[in-house]
This record gives sequence, C-alpha cells and structure tokens, in this order.
Amino acid sequence: MSDIERLNSMLPNSLSVEESREKGILTLSVGPQHPGSGHFRLIIKVDGDIIVDAEPDPGYVHRGEEKMCEYRNFMQNIPHLERPVIADSCSILYPYCLAIEELLNIEAPRRAKFIRVIMSEINKMIFELYWLGIYGIFLGHSTMFMWPMADRELLIDLAELASGARVTHAYFVPGGVRNDLPDIFKDRAVRQLKYFRNRLNEYSKVFYENPLFIDRTKGVGILSREDAINLGVTGPVLRGSNVPYDIRKVEPYDVYDELNFDVKYMKDGDCFARAYVPYLEMYESVDLILQALEKMPDGPVRAKLPPNPKGKVGEVFKRVEAGRGELAYYVISDGTQKPYRVKLSVPSFRAIPAMRKLLIGARLADMPAIYWGLNYWPVEADR
Amino acid sequence: MTIEEFSFANFIKSVLWLAFWILTVVSLIGIPILFILLFYVEPPEIAGMKITPYLLLTMITNPQVGAPLIRATLESDFFKVAVFPGFGFASIFATLLIFTERKLLAKMQIRVGPHYAGKEALWWIRQFGGFPQLIADLLKLIGKEIIIPASADKIIFLAAPVTMVVASAGLVSLIPVGENWVVADIDVGLLVIFALLGFFPLTALLGSWASNSKYPFIGGLRALHQLVSYEIPLFLSILGVVILAGTLNLTGVVNAQSDIWFLFLLPIGAFIFFITALAELERIPFDIPEAESEIVAGWLTEYSGMAYGLIQLANYVKLYALAAIFVTLFMGGWSGPTIFDSIYIFDSLVFSGEELSSFLWFSIKTFGVAVLMILPRGINPRIRMDILLRTGWAKLIAISFINIFIAVALIYTGVV
Repeated sequence: MSDIERLNSMLPNSLSVEESREKGILTLSVGPQHPGSGHFRLIIKVDGDIIVDAEPDPGYVHRGEEKMCEYRNFMQNIPHLERPVIADSCSILYPYCLAIEELLNIEAPRRAKFIRVIMSEINKMIFELYWLGIYGIFLGHSTMFMWPMADRELLIDLAELASGARVTHAYFVPGGVRNDLPDIFKDRAVRQLKYFRNRLNEYSKVFYENPLFIDRTKGVGILSREDAINLGVTGPVLRGSNVPYDIRKVEPYDVYDELNFDVKYMKDGDCFARAYVPYLEMYESVDLILQALEKMPDGPVRAKLPPNPKGKVGEVFKRVEAGRGELAYYVISDGTQKPYRVKLSVPSFRAIPAMRKLLIGARLADMPAIYWGLNYWPVEADR
Repeated sequence: MTIEEFSFANFIKSVLWLAFWILTVVSLIGIPILFILLFYVEPPEIAGMKITPYLLLTMITNPQVGAPLIRATLESDFFKVAVFPGFGFASIFATLLIFTERKLLAKMQIRVGPHYAGKEALWWIRQFGGFPQLIADLLKLIGKEIIIPASADKIIFLAAPVTMVVASAGLVSLIPVGENWVVADIDVGLLVIFALLGFFPLTALLGSWASNSKYPFIGGLRALHQLVSYEIPLFLSILGVVILAGTLNLTGVVNAQSDIWFLFLLPIGAFIFFITALAELERIPFDIPEAESEIVAGWLTEYSGMAYGLIQLANYVKLYALAAIFVTLFMGGWSGPTIFDSIYIFDSLVFSGEELSSFLWFSIKTFGVAVLMILPRGINPRIRMDILLRTGWAKLIAISFINIFIAVALIYTGVV
C-alpha cells in the first residue's frame, strides 16, 4: 500500500452531491475571500451546525519556489526562498544554508552558529506571536490580537538591529551570517527579552486562564497520539498530542547541543494544547537566546567563499525546527554553480490531512480554532 | 480667484454686495410672501398664547413675553419624541458611547484609538482629539453605495435596518429620564419592552433571509437560536422586580425604589439581566450571529452603506436603552440628591432643580452601566452557540427562579 493510499484509508469518505442534496446539507466555500481563511479555500459541508465534510483546497499562491531555485546559483536563492514565510524568514533559510554548506564543503564560524541560533529563536517567537494574535481574532478576542502584535514589535526591532530589515532579513547565508551583530545588541536584547518574559506572564492570566477561552478550546478538535504520528503533523501540533519530538533535540544542528532547553509538550491533543505549546516554547526561546548571548565567542561570522562557488556532486537532506514544525530541504547538486533540484518539505503542508480529519464532526464555530490551531500557513504550503 | 490674486479690499466688497442682495431679496419678496401665507394659516396656540407674527415681533422689544414659551416647547410631544428624552438624546448618548468604546478598548489594547481627526481643532481637550472621526465615519457611510444583492428581496432587505431603528426608538420612548420626563408613560411598559426585545432577532432573520446568501442565512438562524437561549432568563429576571414593585409601569418601578435600590435586594436578578442584555445586544462575548471569523459578518454580510450604518446606529441606541432599563429596574432610575438650582428666564420656569439633578443622575448611572457593558469586549473571546444554550437553559433559568423566590420571600417577610 502506498503512502497516499494509507493516508486516504485513514480519512473519512467524502459525500457525493446526491447524498448532500437529500440530507439538506449546505455547502460553504470558506475562502479564498473570507476573513478567516487566508490564501486558501476550504469547502465545508454543514448539516445544521455540524461539519459533515471538509475539503481543503490549497494552491492559490503557488510561486514555483522549487523551480526558481534551479535557475539561480546558491547565493541568489537566498532572498526569494524566505518569501513563503515572511513572519519566520530565518527559519525557512536555515536548512538551506546548512545543506549548501555541506555541498560546498565549508563550515560556518563558531560565532556565526550562535548568531544563527539567536536569530532563529527570535524569528520563531515573532512567528508564534503573530500566530497567537491571529488565533485571538479567530476566536473573536480583539485584545488577544493587539497584545502579541504590539509585543512582536520588540522582537522585530531586535531582528532589525541585527540584520537591517524588519521582516525579510536575508540574514543567513551559506557559510555563516551576512554581517556581525552591532555592539549594542547584547544589552538591548537582554533588556527587551526580560521585559518580554514579564509580558508573557500576563498573557497567561489574561488569555489562557479566561474561562471562555478554555470553553472554546478545551476538548475541541482532539488529535490522538496515534493519529498525530500517522498523519504526519509536526511541530507544536505534534507536541500538543503528547509526542515530545523536537528536531533541535533529536538531530541537533549548529550549537543546539551545547544549550540547555526542554521540549515542551502537552498530553491532551486538543485546541488548547496546540495553543499552549507555542506559549511555553516562547519561554524556552527567551532562555535559549539569553544562554547563547552569554556563551557567544568573538571572531569572524562568515566563512570565505569564492564568488560563484560550485557544489560537489551529490545530494543532501537537512532539517530544522521552525515555528510551525519540522522544515526540511533536500538538495541535489550536479557539480555546477546551480542546484540541480531543491525540494522543500514544509510543516504547513503536512497539516492538511489532519485538518480534514479534525474538521469532520466538529461544529462550524470551531472551524477557525481548529484550522488556525493546526499552524497552517497557506503561502508556505503552496511554496 | 487664486490665492495670489486675493486682496482684503475685494473680499470686504464681495461680502457687502452679498449682504446687500440678500437684504433686497428678503425685504422685497420674502416678507410679503410670508405675510400672505400667514394670512391663510391658523396660528398655533402654545401656553395659552396664539403665536402670531405680531407676538414674535413684540418678543424683539419685550423678550419677557416669550419666556413661558420655552417651558411649553420643552413639554410638547414633538420635542419629547424627537429631542429629549426621545431619539435625539439617545442618538447623542449612543455617539458618546461609540467614542468611549473606541478609546477605552484602545487603552486596554495598548493603542491610541481615534486620534488624528480634529486633533488641531480640539487641541484644548486632548482626550477628545479624534472625536470628529465619528463624523467622518458617518459621512463615509452616507457616501457609500447601498449594494443590494441581485436575487435579494428588495423591500424586506431594506426594511430590516429601518425596522431595527424604529424598534430601538420604541425602547427609548419607554424610559423615564426624570419625574414626568418620559415619552410614553404607559401602565404596561415592561410588557412592551418584552415585546420589542423579542422583535430584534426576527428583524435579523428577515434581513438575512432577504439577502438570499449563505452566510447571512446562517447568521439569521444563529440570531434566532440566541433569542431562544437568553430570552426566558431575561424575562424571569425582570419578574423579580415586578413582584417587588407591584407594577409594570417603569415610573412606578423607579418610585418603588425610593428606599433602597433593587440591585441590593435582587443582586442575582441584576446579574442575570446584565448577562442576558449582553446577549440581546449581540456584543462580544455573545456576538455569535455576527461571528466574523466563522460566517464573515453573519446576517450583516450583504449590508453596505447607510443600510449598515442604520443597523449600527440601532445597535448603539439599543445599548443605551438596555443600560437605561437596567438603571431603571435595579439602580433607582433618575433618583438622587438635588444638587442644582432651578433655572428661570424672566421669572418663568425652564428647568427645576430636581429635574436637572435627575437628568444628571440618570445620565451618570446609564453611562456607567453602558461602559460596563462595553468592557467584556476587551477581555473575552466569542462564546459558542451550544455553550450559550447550555448556560442559558441549565444555569441562568435555574438561578433566575432562585431570584424570584428571593423576591417572594422579601414580600412575605415584609422587608419591602
């Protein structure tokens, strides 16, 4: 049995047109022009308030990132590869840089590795705050949108201080990072992160302990441990379903093995767990950055490279933990200046089977919570 | 004329010419026509005086003659319905509430809120910078086209917003703002309030059905479900007040609270009324019929331009009305100590001190309750339909019966 057949066998059968007409079922096209969908369509059939069928329909923002990679050389690929997830732009470049470094046979300097960890964690928090804000809007909680968006500015300021750009940094390059951190970075980062940690404590009181928030999310859209593993979800969704799996621990890259952190996970597998895991991870990210700032040595930040390097013949597979889960690159080089094939394996795309699984049988009002709780980012899934 | 050619002498000259022509036209054509018309029209009679042009002319030399007219106008039916305490007062109150809501939410959410519109004109009251934003919003809504969906039922579609405004104005007309200051002082006031409150979700359903669109349809059905879940506890909570006051007349209810507010005697009833009023207003956390992230804008999806503006106006007038009803039922209405002196113009009464104080106390209490009704929006997510139904039927109805038992016990033991 092939993988796709196995996946299909796990999902419920969809309804035929005649069947839905007989039962008086209403078909809703949620998206692509819907306040709660993004560049994505979800064809939903509702029987009263209960969703009886859900058909995810991605592909509205397909840009051909993988094909574009084949026409550019290793360095030129950097700016366009981060476009799919501008809210988490360092994490999507990270595995690319790791893969190309292996193909070009170079190693990033030690200081650059620490800087990459710092920037990657800052970007992860930027993404998680953005995600939390939209989650608030999806539940009708306007303050839950405004607070994370306002606190996100602190971290964006930090990233801007390091790279010069607010969202699309193009900061990671094969062989290190583009430029060194400015001198004031460390002081400012420590100050802002301490303030940010205090703000996080308030989030718990205002958002997560709110009885209505708990009513809306606890016990909604339960993804069991077996289903989570079999459907192939990653990241906070997987960790919310009682699987403590984190690429940073399982397959440490750069200097993650030298830093202390816990893999946060929850046992329930419901929407609340999926919303709470990123919140707990933000505390870990703050700790990781503070540790990395302490341990960071002086030295160069970028390995020397010829102007237009040629890769060795071969293939390489690298993966990192991004804000939404496991992000992997598979790069084949045929010995020229350009990659022969670049394959992105993005976490958002893996959420689609789980989305169908969870939506069927849920209430229409729970649709936004389940959809956004799965960490689905339409632009990234379409690539 | 461009700016460069502008000269002050020319400006004065043009103003003088304009004044000259206006005076000429008015004196030669306007005044004769007015007198011809007045010859045929019967003059109205106010405060025992016939309002003739001669009387108006004598008022210029002897203003004392017109002074009793002011009080008479204030007590006239038209003034009460249109200006105070009727729809005009409610609309201004609603406008203030919109501004308060926007500024207050902004404070809670680390924002500034409306700030730029009229910042220069209102520099002397910094907190109110941005108040003209409401006027700008209104002008924008008026200027927009009202798009009617191709297959919509035109008449019902356009009737729904108007009906909502009319129904909320009906609520306003029942509220006493002071002793004898009420548009319709009827004996079954509370029954009329029940009837009007039950009418709003029907309007929502009609409007949504007439739009002939899927999301509005779901929104309209949700509005009806919501009605089913909150209406019974709402009525039961008011029943406690009726038992204590012994009347359905709102003025009577206020007078019954002269010793102690019903808020202290029936705290449970007040709580239930507050919660169900939020549900009636479709405000967060009960904005289920308008749930934006699920069903676009609920039953409002197809409305645009001033049709949408009317619905919003009706919603905020309703917010004022429900806050005022809460004050009337539980917080002693207009009652409060007299702090003003009476206002006289040429020895004839305009407002007595008691009236002015009662307006003030009523406004302060209503504003406070309305702000309390606004606040949950800042801290709560939207509740789900089945949770609301369960809360309404299993919890609120149960404790509203406890509330009624408390009311009966208070009567039986002779406390009230």
